[in-house]
Amino acid sequence: MRIRKLALATSMAVLGLSTVLTAPAALAQAKEQFFPVLSYRTGAYGPNGAPWANGYVDYLKYINAKGGINGVKISFEECEFGYATDRGVECYERLKSKHGGGTAVHPLSTGVTFALTEKVPVDKIPLVTAGYGRSESQNGAVFTWNFPLLGTYWMAADVLIQHIGKKEGGLDKLKGKKIALVYHDSPYGKEPIALLQERARMHGFEVMLLPVAHPGVEQKATWLQIRQNRPDYVLLWGWGVMNSTSIKEAQATGYPREKMYGVWWSGAEPDVKDVGDGAKGYNALAKQHGAEPNAKIVKDIQATLHAKGQGTGPKEEVGQVLYMRGMIAAMLTVEGVKKAQERYGKGKWMSGEQVRWGLENLNLDQKTLDGLGFAGVMRPVQTSCLDHMGSAWARIHTWNGSKWEFTSDWYQADEKVIRPMVMLASGRYAEEKKITPRTPEQCKQ
Amino acid sequence: MSFFLETLIGGLMAGMLYSLVALGFVLIFKASGVFNFAQGAMVLFAALAMARFAEWLPAWTGIGNPVLANVMAFIISVAIMFAVAWLVERLVLRHLVNQEGATLLMATLGIAYFLEGVGQTVFGSDIYKIDVGMPKDPVMMLESVFEGGILINKEDFIAALIAAALVGALALFFQKTPTGRALRAVADDHQAAQSIGIPLNRIWVIVWCVAGITALVAGIIWGSKLGVQFSLATVALRALPVVILGGLTSVPGAIIGGLIIGVGEKLSEVYLGPMVGGGIEIWFAYVLALVFLLFRPQGLFGEKIIDRV
Repeated sequence: MRIRKLALATSMAVLGLSTVLTAPAALAQAKEQFFPVLSYRTGAYGPNGAPWANGYVDYLKYINAKGGINGVKISFEECEFGYATDRGVECYERLKSKHGGGTAVHPLSTGVTFALTEKVPVDKIPLVTAGYGRSESQNGAVFTWNFPLLGTYWMAADVLIQHIGKKEGGLDKLKGKKIALVYHDSPYGKEPIALLQERARMHGFEVMLLPVAHPGVEQKATWLQIRQNRPDYVLLWGWGVMNSTSIKEAQATGYPREKMYGVWWSGAEPDVKDVGDGAKGYNALAKQHGAEPNAKIVKDIQATLHAKGQGTGPKEEVGQVLYMRGMIAAMLTVEGVKKAQERYGKGKWMSGEQVRWGLENLNLDQKTLDGLGFAGVMRPVQTSCLDHMGSAWARIHTWNGSKWEFTSDWYQADEKVIRPMVMLASGRYAEEKKITPRTPEQCKQ
Repeated sequence: MSFFLETLIGGLMAGMLYSLVALGFVLIFKASGVFNFAQGAMVLFAALAMARFAEWLPAWTGIGNPVLANVMAFIISVAIMFAVAWLVERLVLRHLVNQEGATLLMATLGIAYFLEGVGQTVFGSDIYKIDVGMPKDPVMMLESVFEGGILINKEDFIAALIAAALVGALALFFQKTPTGRALRAVADDHQAAQSIGIPLNRIWVIVWCVAGITALVAGIIWGSKLGVQFSLATVALRALPVVILGGLTSVPGAIIGGLIIGVGEKLSEVYLGPMVGGGIEIWFAYVLALVFLLFRPQGLFGEKIIDRV
């Protein structure tokens, strides 16, 4: 009996002591802003997915190295999904509730974006699709949780047509021309078709649609059709190995690379580096930035992380096109958190709902961007309830055989063409899903 | 007409490469009764080894001559593929003698995932270059016969010639050499072959080595065309309809089947594709193979299986 009492007393004492010791530590440990990272570093799309993820993760590390978001540290966890939609959704489900809930999710896949669009309003996590996803999600009145920041595929296609029109001497000169779209046969690749058909109707050119099955390594028949039909221009909407295969097939069939224009996911170093001189003259859209090895932010990250062996991925890839894109995606989210803190409490942890408000009220003017180290990399971004994209600017860069060089002025996508399409498609979506679009008053809340 | 011929020739050249990979499937199936699902992964693994050693050797040894670096990388890659063959026999096949075909198939699935994972871990998962000096630009032929001539891709043409030479060499090896005869004996009946003193384990190692060399050659050709990256494993699996069509036990079947599939998928994509929205060539190859199976379940040249009741 005495032994039992002794054991009980000892247990109570140990329990009490441990509580006393751990409680202050727990109280002292501030809540961290958790960033789920859906990535693909292996598989068919790994060569393109890895640099994006490196840039994204490096920026989060960099912010932590600088003290966090107004003192709130960032934590993150990667989940590899190999660009497979089912595995992407699985990764999202696994990470969404960790560490108090995700700040925002970037799926880097239009397929996963389609799958998550109905999930994120329930989980209250912003779905940031910087440069991909559903084009109609620009309308935040319907797509409250989607943020296609800096660009959609309708915007991309619009800018490409404007550029081609300019080269021809005016959009009216496109009448009778033939423009082929070689696209990844997936939701991603199909996304620009609606805009191209609208522009074709307006200007009288013909659109030739050429789907390429995943992963895009077999394109001989596609390029034989291009050789047969001799389009005036070829637009390339590929990803991963499909891009380099297209350029190689263009070379093999003698199609001039100068007449080829890739979307911004078809215009990075992995797409051209093993093609060599065969890719010389190939053009692609730059989602504002290109390869930016001399940007201040790149030099800061090199010095803060890579010089100390704390960087992610090869240091020679820091500042390359896809690295920059991942880094900018992270920066926009971090700025969304900062904006939310302005309203809900500086230096405090922000919930997904609060971050959503922050992303919807982003206002990054040039001075702010320059201060963040993005001078010369990108233009101002201002989002609103009706515009979750925030900026519709892009330019063209061209592969000169060894590096990407900007070869055009800035273009802004034509709001008069895109806005009616966005309103129509988002209206249809709202009707189908029985969503009541937010009113301007609701947007202010 | 010239466009039809271009498509046809393009299909035949692609088909020759399918034949080469299909031959890897057929060789292993004939000798061991194993449907080697890892053939695609072997192509990727071999190509990764070739690309990376061709890049590493000059840095390690200071070799400036790219031809020498490629030759040395090739020799090392062959040695690696032989080591893979030996390990597969030692660690997998030897323990599965007389097991069900499905068990052996599952084992090769495991080998496929293992090789894909280890290959990317050891050699990296980026896009790597194999530069064996293949010409990339096209050439125009028969310009006096057809308006505009016929465009031939020089790289595809040379690749098809190499594949044809290797296929021919393997067919001769199987038919004319003592080892080839031993391989065929093992394929016919394991127990009977063993009873006359043919060492089953050694034969399996040899056949996996040969399949490894075909994987390496296919990997070099495709790697030179597409860059060495993960998708090579899936490209090689496009030889699957070839073995369905040609029959799993027939070397001529792999050759003819490869050509039919190559031509069939290109013609279908070009002429039928636009009617149904395009992008049909991958699944059309399977449809073509299945249609053949309706009439010849054993494949074009496969052995007809007759069981006594």
